[in-house]
Amino acid sequence: MKKSLLIFVAAAAALAGSITVNATVIDEPAVNDAAILEGMPRTLSEFRFFTDGMIHHPNYQVTGYELNTPLYSDGADKLRFVYLPEGTVLMGEGGGLLKFPVGSAIIKTFAFGEGEDRRLIETRVLLHRTTGWVALPYRWNEDQTDAKLALAGARIPMTRPDGEEISYRIPNKNQCKTCHSKDGEVIPIGPKARNLPSEWLAQMVDTGHLSAVPSGSDVLPHWTDREGAETADLARAYLDVNCAHCHQPGGGASNSGLDLRWEQYDQTKLGIRKPPVAAGRGAGGHAVSIAPGDPDASILVYRMSSTEAGVAMPELGRSTNDPDGIAVVRKWIEEMPAS
Amino acid sequence: MIRMTVAALAFCSAAPILAETHTVSAGEGAQERLQEALILAEPGDEVVLEAGRYTLTDGLSLDVDGVTLRGAGMDASILDFTDQAGSGEGLLVTSDNVTLRDFAVENAKGDGIKSKGADQIVYHALRVEWTNGPDASNGAYGIYPVEASNILVQDSYVRGASDAGIYVGQSENIVVRRNRVVENVAGIEIENSNHAEVTENLATKNTGGILVFDLPGLPKVGGGDVLVARNAVIDNNTDNFAPEGNIVASVPAGTGVMVMANTRVQVLENALVNNSTSHVMLIAYSQPYDDDRYQPRPVQVELRDNIYGSGGNAPDFAGGDMIAAAMGGSLPPVLTDGLHQNLGRNDQVPILTLGLTKVGQPFAEAQPSLLRPAPITSTWTNDPVVLPEEMEARLK
Repeated sequence: MKKSLLIFVAAAAALAGSITVNATVIDEPAVNDAAILEGMPRTLSEFRFFTDGMIHHPNYQVTGYELNTPLYSDGADKLRFVYLPEGTVLMGEGGGLLKFPVGSAIIKTFAFGEGEDRRLIETRVLLHRTTGWVALPYRWNEDQTDAKLALAGARIPMTRPDGEEISYRIPNKNQCKTCHSKDGEVIPIGPKARNLPSEWLAQMVDTGHLSAVPSGSDVLPHWTDREGAETADLARAYLDVNCAHCHQPGGGASNSGLDLRWEQYDQTKLGIRKPPVAAGRGAGGHAVSIAPGDPDASILVYRMSSTEAGVAMPELGRSTNDPDGIAVVRKWIEEMPAS
Repeated sequence: MIRMTVAALAFCSAAPILAETHTVSAGEGAQERLQEALILAEPGDEVVLEAGRYTLTDGLSLDVDGVTLRGAGMDASILDFTDQAGSGEGLLVTSDNVTLRDFAVENAKGDGIKSKGADQIVYHALRVEWTNGPDASNGAYGIYPVEASNILVQDSYVRGASDAGIYVGQSENIVVRRNRVVENVAGIEIENSNHAEVTENLATKNTGGILVFDLPGLPKVGGGDVLVARNAVIDNNTDNFAPEGNIVASVPAGTGVMVMANTRVQVLENALVNNSTSHVMLIAYSQPYDDDRYQPRPVQVELRDNIYGSGGNAPDFAGGDMIAAAMGGSLPPVLTDGLHQNLGRNDQVPILTLGLTKVGQPFAEAQPSLLRPAPITSTWTNDPVVLPEEMEARLK
């Protein structure tokens, strides 16, 4: 199926840094539903999620979105999109994950730099098939024209815009599942109603992509605008988004007994005065995950503040520390009554 | 490159008739080639590691059911994680019916080989080693199956783990046999698990030889029905090098077999020699906890037909040396904190009790004495652990 429409080709503008906009009428091909439903396309372009590579202009069937509180990924900018097959809608269920129809896809591109300096590093896709979700990683080429399937992942030495030399890790297909898994099945993590802005949800309803704005949506604080937010809300949101995909019943770290989900209120399960189980040297000589009033004696803070394999938490997805996240969690623990 | 050849008929009935063999060699790009082989393998396939040293920078993982990962021998095919920069373990397995055999994992930054929720897993003739020997900066567990049913670990060698060499956690139906565990904090640890047999292993030069623990607050609690039999538990006197904060950091050097909490544990026909604190130790979990499901004492433990050599001559706990001095220079072969219930004492050896009467009571309040002699108590037999036949058949 094709659709004729007017798009603004801004490639030249972005490259030259000047505003020269050409209005063009083209036939834009639809997203490749067959590629979503089976196989492992070797290149990202085969899906036709974007009308071009570098500019990342989404296909007319693909919608961008942002999360209130995002996962930290070495400071990468993340461009998030959803694709819904024609005639299907998302369903909401409280503050939890939106229900995606079979044939839909979630797309996330990791990039560093702005404007003409922006470099796309990788794009991860989650494809909802009749057999369940499949996660695939794609690595962008030097020319930024397309991304190639990187089943085994990759490790890329690079310099961040702030000058820091980092060893960026593209996860392999299995590592995608390590985080995106509950009870052994691959699932999305990000698009939970509680972590999505109301305006976006309302807009999705208006455009016929979402059945209704779920109750319990837009509850997590907005990380980019966190002045004035409650410390506990910020810390709990941060832990929910960065840790709870593994640290919950049925998650990859279920055996730890630590449950960092937003909805968990049991003090021990949240780690308060909870001894470690299988932390090994990850415990850093500390006796409990969270020592109220004492972030320096808390395993949680110790592991967030390390980049060393075997100590660092999360285990995957970062090779640098997140000073903002650490600061929020430290403050939360500091403010907890010690008795 | 990965070579694909058609292998012989698969023995496993669940596998496709024609399984494939994917052969991987060491050298340039080993990380990606091996990982890709593990991702693209189909159920029933075998991924073969040719002899050589594989230099790896990130953890490997396997998530396909029914795959065998086979090397050319524990000293020939070596997965070397000395330069590992990411992941919490060397190799992670998350699929069922997997066989790991005949290769080595060296110097993983976290755990050596972890399998989570991986049922019917066989670990055979593996070597997991931190080559610098005991060091607090080594990874925690060598061989680490957790949250699974039907686990077989045999003929393997683990050295240098800063927690347990072979650790089985929150699992059911477990056989750990004929392994050698050397210079770990705990040689073998069975934790929060049921129906386990730990037999014919050599545990030597660890801090503690064989531990059977149950801890509160985990998804699965209530461990028990554990058999520890026909093991050689010798010279486990290495200073405890576990990082503080971990439960094994509290294990005294010189521990042979230690049972903490658990119900129905049999310690039979082991050779217990030159463990300088105690050959067999029974203790209750002493930390505060909030878990209604949890039973903190060792209940129904039987000691029968063990051979007790010298030992107890350098107890590694506060006041232990004074008690030893008072008893003529060494502690008796068996030590209890006094909080056990239904101890089956069929070995007629002296037993030291610390005389605690309440769970959580500080050791400072110990009233050490010898347990009064008791008649031989009736014995019982745990149901043998029976693994699915096809698991053993995979190794034929």
